[in-house]
Amino acid sequence: MSDSHVEGDTRYLFKRDKTWWVKVAVPRTLRDELGYDLRRSLHTHDLEAARATRWEVIEEFRSEIEKVKALRGGETDEGKQSPGNRESRNGKSQAGPIAVDQHIVEIVSDSGEGAQKCGQLMGLVSGKMGNGVWTVEIIPAEIQPPARSQQGASGIRVRMGSKYMTNMGNEADMVVAFNEQVLYSRIQNGAYREGTVVLLENMWAEDPEPAVREQYAEALADFKQRGLVVHELPIQQECLKIVSDPRKGKNMFVLGMLCHIYDRDTTMAKEEIAKIFRKKSDTVIKINHDLLYAGYAFARDNIDYQFSITTAPEDRLDSVVVINGNQAAGLGVMAAGIEMVAMYPITPATSASHYLAEDFHLTGGFVHQAEDEIAAIGFAIGSSYAGKTACTITSGPGIALKTEMIGLAVMAEIPLVIIDVQRGGPATGLPTKIEQGDLLAALFGAPGDAPKVVLAASTISECFHFVVMARKLAESFRTPVLILTDANLATGVQAIERPDVTDEWFAPPIDQSPWDRNVPPYDWDEKTGLSERPIPGMRGGEYILTGLAHNRNSKIAYDTRSNQEGMDMRSRKLAALAATLKAPEVHGDPEGDLLIVGWGSTIGAIEEAVDLARAAGKNVSSVHLRFLSPLEPGLKEIFSRFRKIKTIELNYSDAPDAPLSGIENRRYAQLAYALRAHTLMDIDCWSKVPGHPLSPATIGRVIDETLEQMEGAE
Amino acid sequence: MFGLKGDWSLEVKERYFTLEDYCGAEPRWCTGCGDHGILAAVHRVCRDAQLKPEKTVAVSGIGCSSRLPHYMNTYGFHGLHGRALPVACGVKSRRPDLDVWVATGDGDCFSIGAAHWIHAMRYNMDLTVLVFDNGIYGLTKKQTSPTTPLDVPTNTHPSGALLPPMNPLTVTLGITNISFIAQIVDWNAQLRHEVIKKAHAHKGTSFVRIIQRCPVYVESIGKTLQDEPARLKLLTHEKGVQVDDTVKRQFPNHAEHDPSDIHAAREFAENPDELPLGILYLNPDAPRYDLMSAAGLEMTAEERLAGLNEALDHFAI
Repeated sequence: MSDSHVEGDTRYLFKRDKTWWVKVAVPRTLRDELGYDLRRSLHTHDLEAARATRWEVIEEFRSEIEKVKALRGGETDEGKQSPGNRESRNGKSQAGPIAVDQHIVEIVSDSGEGAQKCGQLMGLVSGKMGNGVWTVEIIPAEIQPPARSQQGASGIRVRMGSKYMTNMGNEADMVVAFNEQVLYSRIQNGAYREGTVVLLENMWAEDPEPAVREQYAEALADFKQRGLVVHELPIQQECLKIVSDPRKGKNMFVLGMLCHIYDRDTTMAKEEIAKIFRKKSDTVIKINHDLLYAGYAFARDNIDYQFSITTAPEDRLDSVVVINGNQAAGLGVMAAGIEMVAMYPITPATSASHYLAEDFHLTGGFVHQAEDEIAAIGFAIGSSYAGKTACTITSGPGIALKTEMIGLAVMAEIPLVIIDVQRGGPATGLPTKIEQGDLLAALFGAPGDAPKVVLAASTISECFHFVVMARKLAESFRTPVLILTDANLATGVQAIERPDVTDEWFAPPIDQSPWDRNVPPYDWDEKTGLSERPIPGMRGGEYILTGLAHNRNSKIAYDTRSNQEGMDMRSRKLAALAATLKAPEVHGDPEGDLLIVGWGSTIGAIEEAVDLARAAGKNVSSVHLRFLSPLEPGLKEIFSRFRKIKTIELNYSDAPDAPLSGIENRRYAQLAYALRAHTLMDIDCWSKVPGHPLSPATIGRVIDETLEQMEGAE
Repeated sequence: MFGLKGDWSLEVKERYFTLEDYCGAEPRWCTGCGDHGILAAVHRVCRDAQLKPEKTVAVSGIGCSSRLPHYMNTYGFHGLHGRALPVACGVKSRRPDLDVWVATGDGDCFSIGAAHWIHAMRYNMDLTVLVFDNGIYGLTKKQTSPTTPLDVPTNTHPSGALLPPMNPLTVTLGITNISFIAQIVDWNAQLRHEVIKKAHAHKGTSFVRIIQRCPVYVESIGKTLQDEPARLKLLTHEKGVQVDDTVKRQFPNHAEHDPSDIHAAREFAENPDELPLGILYLNPDAPRYDLMSAAGLEMTAEERLAGLNEALDHFAI
């Protein structure tokens, strides 16, 4: 989300045929009259000149927009003007909620103050009210970082909209901050813009510590300087009327405030609160309900603006579940008929197992918390070998530890589902933050040649469905299947269509019919490498599985021919799978100037950015890959229809102009690396490791810059 | 044996298994290796218990000992170094109908697999775990193992092992929720058979440390004990192991030991001068994790589908 990497200021500018133009976006509700944006050529090739002359045009466009807005007599969306000055603009309050297409609200606090729970409930209620929702958690790596520290910010972003939401969006419209210091790390991340409304806890102004009062005053001045619209609110003081320690409970008060501000259904919020605290006493539930209503009343009496985000009936999903990616993966495990998940605690994967520990019994499953990552996958492999295909869920460091076992599962052809919820690496890295850094480890981690199926879920819905697919693939192809998700999908809450589950997705009962003794345990089909496997209990199928090189009879075989044949057969299975796959669909025109290639959770931001760029007349499309091993077919053909191919990834690559790197020894982003090897095409990449998801705006800038460079090079 | 019962009635069985039914490939252990005798005992116990070969799984790690599955005519899993126990636990977790055996060694179990050893003992799933402890890494050619005695020269410590050996019995006896611990030597057929039979019959994890001869690399370890049986102490009890007088004559030191007494077991285990033989500790009532991990196994597809819909309902509007 940060602007820092963009060279020079090109706000409101774009280039067409070497000439600079000004462009100002039109709020959604005025587009029927004004079009998508207002644009005019500045008749210059010189960027400096364009920078100087643009403001006049921008002002003109803005006043044009304001005029139309005024004629319509209402407010519009996009939060372009702050709700704070609404009263002075139209001179009245209590005018009813302002209808907006979407809003992004953040809640940030010190760790342990429950900001995430507040945001999750906000997302849940919004989803249940029919809105599109996307949440992103802001998690410090420590459980209890020092209070009021800039890096200790703990919180959540909730993007709510009338349409289906696929990503976290750009800058927030509103933020509720429990103290002023925690806002700084978000400001550094570029989370806010001029006009973002800050609802700020004001207790710090009266803090007994002079240093704190000073910090607060300084920050307040600084925020105003930055163009944030700060409303100081006595949240603590209000909560003290109900609880003695508002550190626990302030979040529910804030939820109540937000319920009023966003016109949310408080009955629904009340139900969800009761659900969360169902294991606590009724008193606890009542206190939290009291806080909710107190917050609601406080906002009603003290905050004079209100928004509504309505969803048109045609945009509503028929049947909705509101879940995060880890819950989706857990439900996927159950829907796949998997009965055993063996895991070891690791962030950000563990919450999937937490969820399963809660509900797995409903489908007869069991979560085994092993003594370590290796034992977890070993246990899963044992269960799989015995006919109950199991799943192990982990994150990057766990994958590193499991590598030898994954190699064993490949070598001995044991079906297994492995879910890797990626975080920042290497080593312990960024435990709570997003990165797409495990791709190459997933593809090539094991020593020797260890071909396996690698999938990447790009949406919360895919976190569910890919597990179902993975179990099936694992058994049909007698192989481990690795599903890559990430920290963003893991904690992101979205309202998705309820999957129409069927028992056909379940694993069939264990086959215990006799095995034909004349059929070897690895009866490889020459064309596909596929074979049926005997399962313990099958009379006549007794064989000794081994991780050593072996022949069709599973006999240890060190001879050249057997080793080559085993390798060939295991690799051929991937070719057989690839032959069944379809080429990926191109988002946008099938040909053009620039093709963005992505994988994983960046899909929403990439496609939103591509849509905006296309609406602005740019010749850009995107393609998103789900199968990474084997790769989906037809990539070379798709790529050849574009002038330039660029991957956008959340992992490390050398910037093209990095010192000493140069184009010859530049280290590419991971998908780019794989695609360059696969297609022998000069595929470029743009990748960063910011520790947070990419916003559509950031990707939009990358698209603009890339197209400019392409023009410049001509 | 052939279905003939004590009252002379004849039971006709559909299948009857002989020793041959459990014999897999020809063992490739060295001549004089103690593993041969252990394998013979395993075959005999399988035959006596009439285990269905297709319902029997031998799991191992890596090392000389871990070749055992290849010499069984059952299902087998010859996996990774140190990792036999997690795999065996996984096999058992959702397949209570399978009879699971584990063959491991002193390097495999006490060194690279030490974490799994500790935890598998605590899980107490129904496994028969045989540790072939020859006090040396054999397959990789004579490196010091955790149980190599002090001063025994190896390829990694040519002037002799530097540290006193680990005592696997005291370690195991310190783990919560253990249920069966025994120690035997590979060279006494009757004791070997009796203890392995008891270990197999026990419901829970039975841990049998087998002091096993490696005549190729560390002949002295086994030879000293064989030549000086006074350094061993035979533990017998009606609840533990009972052997006839021929065995007792071979081990001049013996004692009555009630295997439900863990404190006495620990005392015998700690004595470096008289290594205990027989069953040290036995608790048939320790909680078994395999009974917990199999929860829900009996559910029908309809019940699972209903459960899945209920789970989805938790997230629905």
